[in-house]
Amino acid sequence: MPFKQAEALQAELVSQRQRDEIPDQLLLLEHAPVVTLGRGAKEHFVSSSAEQLHQAGVELHRTGRGGEVTFHGPGQLVAYPIVLLREPERDLHVYLRRLEQVVIDVASRYGLAAERDPGRTGVWLGEKKLASIGIRASRWVTSHGVALNRAHDLTGFRHIVPCGLDGVQMTSLALELDREPSRPEVEGVFCDAWKRVFERDLFEPSS
Amino acid sequence: MPSTPVLMPQMGESIAEGTIVVWLKQPGDRVEKDEPLFEISTDKVDAEIPAPASGFLLETLFGPGETVEVNKVVATIGEQGGASATSPASAPSAGQPAPAAAGASAAQAAPQAPVVAPTLAAVAETSPHHADPRKIRSSPLVRKLAREHEVDLMHVPGTGDAGRVTKHDILSFVESGARTAPQPAAPSNHAAATAPAARPAAAAPRPSSDKYRYTPGANDKVEPFTPMRTAISDHMVISRETSVHVTTVFEVDMTRVAKLRARHKPAYAERGVNLTFMPFIMNAVCGALREFPILNSSIQDNQVYYKQQVNLGMAVALDWGLLVPVIKNADELSLLGLSRSVSDLAERARSKKLSPDEVAGGTFTVTNPGVFGSLFGTPIINQPQVAILGVGTITKRAVVTDDDAIAVRSMMYLALSFDHRAIDGATADRFMSRIKNTLQEFPEGLL
Repeated sequence: MPFKQAEALQAELVSQRQRDEIPDQLLLLEHAPVVTLGRGAKEHFVSSSAEQLHQAGVELHRTGRGGEVTFHGPGQLVAYPIVLLREPERDLHVYLRRLEQVVIDVASRYGLAAERDPGRTGVWLGEKKLASIGIRASRWVTSHGVALNRAHDLTGFRHIVPCGLDGVQMTSLALELDREPSRPEVEGVFCDAWKRVFERDLFEPSS
Repeated sequence: MPSTPVLMPQMGESIAEGTIVVWLKQPGDRVEKDEPLFEISTDKVDAEIPAPASGFLLETLFGPGETVEVNKVVATIGEQGGASATSPASAPSAGQPAPAAAGASAAQAAPQAPVVAPTLAAVAETSPHHADPRKIRSSPLVRKLAREHEVDLMHVPGTGDAGRVTKHDILSFVESGARTAPQPAAPSNHAAATAPAARPAAAAPRPSSDKYRYTPGANDKVEPFTPMRTAISDHMVISRETSVHVTTVFEVDMTRVAKLRARHKPAYAERGVNLTFMPFIMNAVCGALREFPILNSSIQDNQVYYKQQVNLGMAVALDWGLLVPVIKNADELSLLGLSRSVSDLAERARSKKLSPDEVAGGTFTVTNPGVFGSLFGTPIINQPQVAILGVGTITKRAVVTDDDAIAVRSMMYLALSFDHRAIDGATADRFMSRIKNTLQEFPEGLL
């Protein structure tokens, strides 16, 4: 799904969730290649020029989530929970830690010992980054979320300095496992972990 | 209207500061409560912060890119040209100890009505009152502990920054055996809804309800309360614990009103208004409230506050809960005006288009379970009011008339729940007789 379209969809779902017209949602998708900047992010974290991005077929967007810069593309599982946080869940750092926990649980299902790195939000395998996190909250309704690298192709990240952290190397489930788990498989594992961590049920969309 | 300081909100226990990303309103702009006011950013988190009050954005104290500690004043909302909350001239509101320091920093240390937590638009969270600052200067963890131990944060001495109640404070308070003291005053409608932690405890220790806890079955469908359900639930419990409810029921012959309604319905329809029974009843209620002002009062600290205005709340049932929009100065409206207000407010309640001040400030409430076929109910008082009138269904019945004949009449029960602390049964019944007489002899000239 193109990034712009996903952003509009999230905005609509957030306002519906705020009005309590819909239950909590978990959006799972893959983006067409795109580099996104958090609102406060500095342009110099994008190492490629606009021209180079254009030639590589990569879009560039600024967006209202926390964090600096990241890359999304095919082969990466993007999860956007649209969740109304209630007391005692109303702690956005705790929310970030729970998102990390979901990815840690997913990695663990594949026998990988992923972990947090205090002070550097995200999920790490050693010094390599498996998943990036950046969120937004509007009246305690969350949007944006987590991007988990599933497949081999991480070349998109060469366009950026991930998260504004110099020298960070990205990794993926496929690179660590020497096999590429399919998209439905990872989505299933992710949903299971998410349900456990967030203590919420998930239903298949009826449409 | 006093000015309201806008604080850097605490979005998490370990979040000490936030960076302002953008102001969505500029000084001088009109802002509505709960409307997005500014965006902040902390590590990996962007958050949109709603305005804590309606008014004009008087000033912003920090610009985009500036990082501000949690609970510091970042802006002021007030009347145009009004005093800023951060100016040394603005004294702390009555009842709050004046801070020792002077000037702007003092005002920041003890803001008059800070509202930190972004609120969700729900039935009773929209009144202009604000929760006690002490409750706000506490983290979610501390508030959770307070709830678990049934402790009112008001009573816990805070040792943290600016009197902040810390986790340590609350745990040692609990260890010391202290518990929430009985609350002397009736909590306001609003306090009830926004501060469920402040549920008044009875003087005697509450018997534990643990033995009645439900053990979930494997196939149960579990659905958490929506914010509106939570607000309603808290309000009902607090109303029951606050007022001494007594209900009196009267039977009213609505035959005359039914005839008047049938006769004038077409004329009202021409003016785009559907004439129902409700405006007749409201008109009679307004007259009776003028005659018995105690029914249009509030009780606080053993004092009765008689209100100048008659603002009629009307309960509107929604698929997802209940709202009580308010017809301001209802006693000044004609039957046509009442009709318009009733249908307009009900319509906008259902389409979620009410503004916050339209569900605030009621002085007496009318509820209409009759539309669902109920003969009469025993309604719960809408705090901080002292009475509520329930309208039953209107049905044709065989009635023995004054001259001992049997006639078919349109009959209706009215049930009034009143707070026996302030209102005696005789007063309540005279109030009801007045309504009954008005309806049974409704003057056609009013139509």
